[in-house]
Amino acid sequence: MTVFDYAPAPESRSVVDIRASYGLFINGEFTGGHGEPFKTINPADEGVLAEVACADESDVDRAVRAARAAYDKVWGPMPGAERAKYLYRIARIVQERSRELAVLESIDNGKPIRESRDVDVPLVAAWFFYYAGWADKLRHAGLGPAPKPVGVAGQVIPWNFPLLMLAWKIAPALACGNTVVLKPAETTPLTALLFADICRQAELPPGVVNIVTGAGETGAALVSHPGVDKVAFTGSTDVGRQIARTLAGTRKKLTLELGGKAANIVYQDAALDQAVEGIVNGIFFNQGHVCCAGSRLLVQESVAEEVLERLKARMATLRVGDPLDKNTDIGAINSAAQLARIRELTDAGQAEGAERWSPPCELPSQGFWFAPTLFTGVAQSHRIAREEIFGPVLSVLTFRTPEEAVTKANNTPYGLSAGIWTEKGSQILWTAQRLRAGVVWANTFNKFDPASPFGGYKESGFGREGGRHGLEAYLNA
Amino acid sequence: MPDRLSVRKTYKLYIGGAFPRSESGRSYPVTDSKGRFLANASHASRKDARDAVVAARKAFPGWSGRTAYNRAQILYRIAEMLEGRRDQFIDELRQAGASKGAAGTEVDAAVDRWVWYAGWADKLAAVTGAANPVSGPFFNFSTPEPTGVVAVVAPDSPLLGLVSVLAPVIVSGNTTVVIASEPAPLPSITLAEVLATSDLPGGVVNLLTGHRTEIAPWLAAHMDVNALDLAGALPEHVRELEDKAAGNLKRVLRPTGDDWAGEPGTARMTAFLETKTVWHPVGV
Repeated sequence: MTVFDYAPAPESRSVVDIRASYGLFINGEFTGGHGEPFKTINPADEGVLAEVACADESDVDRAVRAARAAYDKVWGPMPGAERAKYLYRIARIVQERSRELAVLESIDNGKPIRESRDVDVPLVAAWFFYYAGWADKLRHAGLGPAPKPVGVAGQVIPWNFPLLMLAWKIAPALACGNTVVLKPAETTPLTALLFADICRQAELPPGVVNIVTGAGETGAALVSHPGVDKVAFTGSTDVGRQIARTLAGTRKKLTLELGGKAANIVYQDAALDQAVEGIVNGIFFNQGHVCCAGSRLLVQESVAEEVLERLKARMATLRVGDPLDKNTDIGAINSAAQLARIRELTDAGQAEGAERWSPPCELPSQGFWFAPTLFTGVAQSHRIAREEIFGPVLSVLTFRTPEEAVTKANNTPYGLSAGIWTEKGSQILWTAQRLRAGVVWANTFNKFDPASPFGGYKESGFGREGGRHGLEAYLNA
Repeated sequence: MPDRLSVRKTYKLYIGGAFPRSESGRSYPVTDSKGRFLANASHASRKDARDAVVAARKAFPGWSGRTAYNRAQILYRIAEMLEGRRDQFIDELRQAGASKGAAGTEVDAAVDRWVWYAGWADKLAAVTGAANPVSGPFFNFSTPEPTGVVAVVAPDSPLLGLVSVLAPVIVSGNTTVVIASEPAPLPSITLAEVLATSDLPGGVVNLLTGHRTEIAPWLAAHMDVNALDLAGALPEHVRELEDKAAGNLKRVLRPTGDDWAGEPGTARMTAFLETKTVWHPVGV
């Protein structure tokens, strides 16, 4: 160890009690499933964490019936002010149990504790706190004088932000008077099941929140269940398309938060050190497992060399390793399948002629790891510039004029997010107006807040989550 | 025996600001409510639909880039031009089966609807946008933007129904390809003549006549169409059209069973808006 190395600073796991096996959470009770149970593993060391029940069609049916009964008898008729208090309770318990939630999230997902502790869990509490306040003010939301809940919401969420996506889905749904059946991702079910315990501590009426674990088949059974009135999905564009097809011709409401291939535009007058920080945060936050990640860097040609030099120097300081170490910047890739997908696409990048670079970094021998990676000499036609990689991989392209930057940024079927770096306010507004993307971060990146709508244009899906706009998905106005 | 033979009108398509016949050379006879021949309407083809999408896409940057005030002026101008042709529309609606009184009421309502929507152009952002009080030193605001190219299957109310689906799509800056009512297309093409003389840029509205079951699937599956309004789709075709629309995740407005004479509300406008949220740090 040299004098400047960091000593290990691991967060204690003792705050979390992981059970050997978990059931489904239906009608306020943990119950077995009729599917084949599956194991969830720690992506940092491939160790088995727990066995989890799998819901088949009959289990999904039980959950939907429980949600329907709770909607008809308890949650739907309840005054908004009372619903609000339950949501406030949940927000408070999340805050009280935040360390436990953060540690469990990092263990099950592989994300650094620094992020689960400082970003995910605080935002989860904020989301419940924010939507709690809407529950008794829905008539003032500008969505009509007498907005009504939709009924039973079927919600399917991804593995990249397991608890945060749960909060994005459940908080507005409950605030609006709906009940929910939520399916977490099969690789990251544990914090959702811990959330079930939080619902019990809050004494949320049985059936208001139901959690069915399983893989794609469980999700398909949920979205196609005739007792579901509204489907909300966050995940890949391909699965989103399938869900849209499944719902064709039905009366179910649908919102989709899908993939992205965000352009992060750096103009020559940008504050370059801040821009480099923003680029790093844009693509290496959460191992790049972020639908709105700034995965296409567009640098103005005149500063490209300098930006790349500073970016490489900054990347060399990123610490990859134990997610529970408080100094870790980049944790584990969530699964073997995702690691294989990242490898396939980066190999394609090399094969198509882009130049690959990673800082020297030693990866652990156990678990799923991928070094932060940079591609230069990228053409718009390359797969690494077109397809979502969902990993710590940045493709660098250049431009000469603002018009060219906007044209290249918009040259994608996606339209979720974008970044702009310049010191010139009029240039920010000019660029932001022309970008076909739902979230534009100017001189910052990857910021989230429950008061702020989030969602995409084009094939990044439809509907918005967050803010007043996020209520629309869960109300019939 | 009249001492003068009337000059009949040839009804054509409206694409990119021009009035072409169908490239397929096809037409179909349109009859009045008693089965009497009125005119041959163009029978649009898949190629016509694709040309219309190209025209709509080309017109989108210009139309969406105009100021809301300017779009309001143009929508109000449409009302003016429609009012000026009031008698002609009454005649055409009567040919389609309406009584004289009902036809007059419908034309007046159509004029008033353009006026109503004209007033929305520069208010939508204030009503549907937001300054978001996020927890941190950021200025964060959300503004509505048009979704893009919207394909519309118009309902069989040939003037008021058409205006009621068309105006909310274009007021926010979307451009559109509309399949007119199949049994009663004639007032729709006459409306296109109003649009063509109302300062509305060519390509903002493109109007096809023909068989909706033939054309609508091409538009629903078209990868450069962003949204689909199924107002006039036949119930048995909704599933197929929604299925095709999933290909590029089009926004779909399902048939809503609107009463076109009623108060429109904002839902038809907000169905074709995207919300863009912009963040910027606050600091010195």
